[in-house]
Amino acid sequence: MSAWAYDGLAMTGRQLRRVRNSPGLAILTQMMPINMLLFFGYVFGSALATPGREYRAFLLPGLLVATAAGGVMTGMFQAAADTHRGVMDRFRTLPVSRAAVPLGQAVADLVVTAVGTVPLLLVGLAVGWRIEGSALDAAGAVGLLLLFRFACTCAGIFLGLLTRSEDAAGQLGASSFVLPLLSDAYIPTDRLPGWLRTLAEWNPISAVTTALRDLFGNAPVPRGAAWPVAHPIAGALAWSLALVAVFLPLAVRRYSRGE
Amino acid sequence: MTITYAVLSEGLEKRFGAVHALRGLDLAVPQGTVCGLLGPNGAGKTTAVRLLATLLRPDAGSARIAGHDLVREAAAVRSRIGVTGQYASVDGDLTGRENLRLFARLHRVRSPAARADDLLERFGLTEAAGRKAATYSGGMRRRLDLAASLVRSPDVLFLDEPTTGLDPASRAGIRQAVLDLRAGGTTVLLTTQYLEEADQLADDIALMDRGRVAHTGSPAELKSLIGSYAEAVVADGAALPRAAAVLDQLTGNEPVFDRERHAVGAASTDPTLTLPRLVRELDAAGVPLLDASLRPPTLDDVFLRLTGEPAQDKERAA
Repeated sequence: MSAWAYDGLAMTGRQLRRVRNSPGLAILTQMMPINMLLFFGYVFGSALATPGREYRAFLLPGLLVATAAGGVMTGMFQAAADTHRGVMDRFRTLPVSRAAVPLGQAVADLVVTAVGTVPLLLVGLAVGWRIEGSALDAAGAVGLLLLFRFACTCAGIFLGLLTRSEDAAGQLGASSFVLPLLSDAYIPTDRLPGWLRTLAEWNPISAVTTALRDLFGNAPVPRGAAWPVAHPIAGALAWSLALVAVFLPLAVRRYSRGE
Repeated sequence: MTITYAVLSEGLEKRFGAVHALRGLDLAVPQGTVCGLLGPNGAGKTTAVRLLATLLRPDAGSARIAGHDLVREAAAVRSRIGVTGQYASVDGDLTGRENLRLFARLHRVRSPAARADDLLERFGLTEAAGRKAATYSGGMRRRLDLAASLVRSPDVLFLDEPTTGLDPASRAGIRQAVLDLRAGGTTVLLTTQYLEEADQLADDIALMDRGRVAHTGSPAELKSLIGSYAEAVVADGAALPRAAAVLDQLTGNEPVFDRERHAVGAASTDPTLTLPRLVRELDAAGVPLLDASLRPPTLDDVFLRLTGEPAQDKERAA
């Protein structure tokens, strides 16, 4: 096994052990979207023109993606804490390949996310969400979701290494609540005024959410949307890959420099 | 006989914006010795260690650690060093055992689990091995930290204030561990705020001031730089000038009066000045002598005289 893969695996193991030793935060993070599914699904759902069950089926992919976007905060918090507490410096003094530390964190996060999403899907099934497309398409949806999560975590790790501040990560967590509101995660964008609709549809969350709805067969691709939403699978891939291409090298570079 | 230097730096410089933290660090630490790096706050100790431990890149100058170039062979340097204290921390969310296994794995130790158990045993942490490091007491944490830096018997160990805040028993244990390491051939670069500890452990002291090494030498050599302190206490204040004249003549240094105690003293760098001679000369001059002393300087005196600042280093230097 090549050095970076070996180191990366060791670092992944470290992050997974941490979650196992202190599972509280991970569990709370995964409870949040379940609460929102029930709250939004039954409270807002009854006020919307769409029938309740249909709205909850529409909402679930949005919550999956909004939760994935939380990777920015989780990644940032973790990286900031490690930097602040001197753990990053310990790794820097070890003969560890430079990419292994950020990569290990992002990969471990994927594993936790993949497992942590299962309860949300189960509650979704209980309140009326269904996989209405083929199994292959559904697998593609899960793949897109995890790729997006990975991209968001990379961005978070870079920000955490940059700010070294757990407080800043907490602040960002509070404000990141707003980001999915300005997308089609919770509401269809086609009834928004023109400029706001354009803004919401260029939000990466919208492209990924629409792609998931399309692949799970929950809702059709809206007509007349901006490019990333009109071509949701290409849009979701493009957004995620672009984020990875920008932030993963930045995170590795930032980790290596250390100052 | 040629001396092999485990740490050899020439003209290392580092700037942080407008702050010139290191202004040409020259340091030579022979293999298998303990070097105490001392200096007042802001002297550049932390920057120096962070540079030598590959955590920072120098702006100028060069250094070799265990024979490897600090910048061009950073990876090789990292496989030969151990780093502790404020420079590097263990992971509080992992147990003691998980920490050591992880570091052993990253160091490519053949059987990480066995190595971790060895170290836990050696540092008396076997019972606490399954607890999260964040729950450890100060002394346990320090021992785990030291164990973590020893997973692959390093050639050079950077030891940061290893005993600060520890109880006397833990302190003695850590000091013994340092002496054992040296006996095993490890070179130790030690920073500490306890000068008496440096005196006890260090073969050589590098005294830093304003981003440079201002003085180096063994503790004895540094003390001989400022000499002993000869003091006479007299029965009658009127006899002080007579005693001062004798001290002036013996030491060649200006006497310092302590009139409340009827005492006068002077620094002496003359190795032939002994306590009997001091007493004889004072007596011959008719000084009504109550007490006389020739006190060897402590490292604290050295520190104060050579850097102009007291040795207390409670705050972390930048």
